[in-house]
Amino acid sequence: MSEQLLISILAAAVTAGTPILYAALGELITERAGILNLGVEGVMLIGAVSGFIAAIATGNSWWGLAAAMLAGGAVAFIHALLCISLRANQIVSGLALTLFGTGLSGYLGKAFIGMPVPQPFRDQPLGLLAKIPFLGPIFFHHDVLVYASYLLVPALSFFIYHTRPGLILRALGENPAAVDALGSKVFLLRYIYVILGGMLCGIGGAYLSLAYSPCWLENMTAGRGWIAVALVIFALWNPWRALVGSYLFGGIDALGFNLQLLGVAVPVFFLNMMPYLFTILVLTLVMVRKGGRLATPGALGLPYNREER
Amino acid sequence: MQFRLEKRLTHSPVMAMAVPAVATVLALLFCAVFLALTGRQPFELYAVMLTGALGSSYGLSETVVKAIPLMLCGLGISIAFRMQLWNIGAEGQFYLGAFGATWVPLTFPTLPAVVMLPAMVICGMAAGGLWALVPAFLRIKWQVNEIITTLMLNYVGILWVYYFVYGPWRDPKGFNFPLTAPFPAAAMLPTLGSSRIHIGLLFAFVIVILFVVIFRNSRWGYEIKVIGASERAARYAGMNIKRNMYIVMIMSGAICGLAGMAEVSGIAGRLQPSLSPGYGYTAIIVAWLAKLNPVAIVFVALLFGVLQVGGYLVQTYGVPASIAAMIQGAILFFVVGGEILTQYRIVITGLKGAEPADE
Repeated sequence: MSEQLLISILAAAVTAGTPILYAALGELITERAGILNLGVEGVMLIGAVSGFIAAIATGNSWWGLAAAMLAGGAVAFIHALLCISLRANQIVSGLALTLFGTGLSGYLGKAFIGMPVPQPFRDQPLGLLAKIPFLGPIFFHHDVLVYASYLLVPALSFFIYHTRPGLILRALGENPAAVDALGSKVFLLRYIYVILGGMLCGIGGAYLSLAYSPCWLENMTAGRGWIAVALVIFALWNPWRALVGSYLFGGIDALGFNLQLLGVAVPVFFLNMMPYLFTILVLTLVMVRKGGRLATPGALGLPYNREER
Repeated sequence: MQFRLEKRLTHSPVMAMAVPAVATVLALLFCAVFLALTGRQPFELYAVMLTGALGSSYGLSETVVKAIPLMLCGLGISIAFRMQLWNIGAEGQFYLGAFGATWVPLTFPTLPAVVMLPAMVICGMAAGGLWALVPAFLRIKWQVNEIITTLMLNYVGILWVYYFVYGPWRDPKGFNFPLTAPFPAAAMLPTLGSSRIHIGLLFAFVIVILFVVIFRNSRWGYEIKVIGASERAARYAGMNIKRNMYIVMIMSGAICGLAGMAEVSGIAGRLQPSLSPGYGYTAIIVAWLAKLNPVAIVFVALLFGVLQVGGYLVQTYGVPASIAAMIQGAILFFVVGGEILTQYRIVITGLKGAEPADE
């Protein structure tokens, strides 16, 4: 394989991995707070469609991004309301979110299929960094949302492991009763993190419709939301591992696409299966290595009830 | 007004009935907001959907036709959910079932119907069951989350079918469309009179009866219930959890596979892409709305058949068919949100301004 091709595949891995990364980070903080949100796929779709519509209406993709965050946060709020206040089954509520998001995004987006984005997020090589041999074109020839994710991962990691609110976030998912006893507001904090998580998933969706594709297609996330959910397990709830995992999946995506361009004799349908099969494989490997016991947040998926402390 | 939630000692049967009904109404109102915001007349649209699906014999029969795969997949899902096995792979198992069933007439086109149809049922169920065996194995052996594996296999299963209809199984006389050759008459399920309602409806009824017997009268049904309620209790009681998990997942996949078989053999008459408009996903809502009760699944599936046909019909008014998925998702929201009322009662503890009585 020529170096040129390798660079282009690795650079494509970064862009293909970025929407998954945003979504995985969103799910990561949600789960750290003890709430399982299986609605990532739906939230991403809502983010993608609302970002797209807002970008067309205003002619400005930044407004699109803001709309995607707002919409992602709003639908995540529904999940928060059901799971935190109404103590609903988190698995089923998440599935409902995915199904509702798929339906709503299909409904809202129908009229916009085939329209171009006025000003999609375009690649902006990052000065001197872009000139580093090999690494420059892989990591620093992208759009601003990719660069923002480079900052988000270390920031989130620092927040979770080295700050007091981060400690409380971890405790929320492990032992909410302890957080309550310390005088922090469990319900309010969980709401905040679920909504923030939804906003990040919204960005992940908007990245697809405003930068990666950039267009709107029904069901354009094609399972990326679910891959993000799987990635959080693979990442063992650590942002850095989520970054690595996202690029790994981006790489599989990019590899499949490039093999197709090279005219490899594998039918395209089998190439398209790769990300999904890879998800199953990676998840299985993690479980085998950890002997089926992960450091899952102890209170994940359990509604908190003050009266049953 | 102040209130608090008080745990009910027993589940309220009144609420168990009322919650899904009220949830459906609230979901329709909730979606009406989105319809109104996008410049449509929500209640006129609902009326069109309802009269379209129920107002003519054609509409009625289409409603039943769409309800059959929802019943079968809903039943398949319900048995796994009872054991807290979250099989959300019905869509993939449906496609694999259709694939397995199609293999029979394509390989042995001259079989008589009495051999052909049972062979198709067996192959369809086997393919669906095997598709569910993979996540079952991974879950039982290494605790791999079955929600994710079953869902990932949906995408793989659909691509698998696409590969065959675009490739080796494509009808050479089909003008290059991605379709298999049409089935011989012997491979088509009998229908009710001249309607499109096929014997698949009977499959669903047989499974309902089977489930009712299993869960009311059999030791095995009791074991499934116990394992679903508490794995630890089941282990203390000496129940074989792993074996039951395998059986239940394979049964679940096989029934969803049967749904796929019934759809190709009863309706499509050939294997084709987009055989299912998401039946496997909608059936999750059906199963949950019916509280996993087999008899209730039949009725909820019929209700969702109305939505499916209605959503299809309003397309002629320029409304996207996804309106049905949107309403269905919203119904599930309200149902899970309302479930708290079956376990808790709201007790009003004081009026505004007055001191609450017990604090």
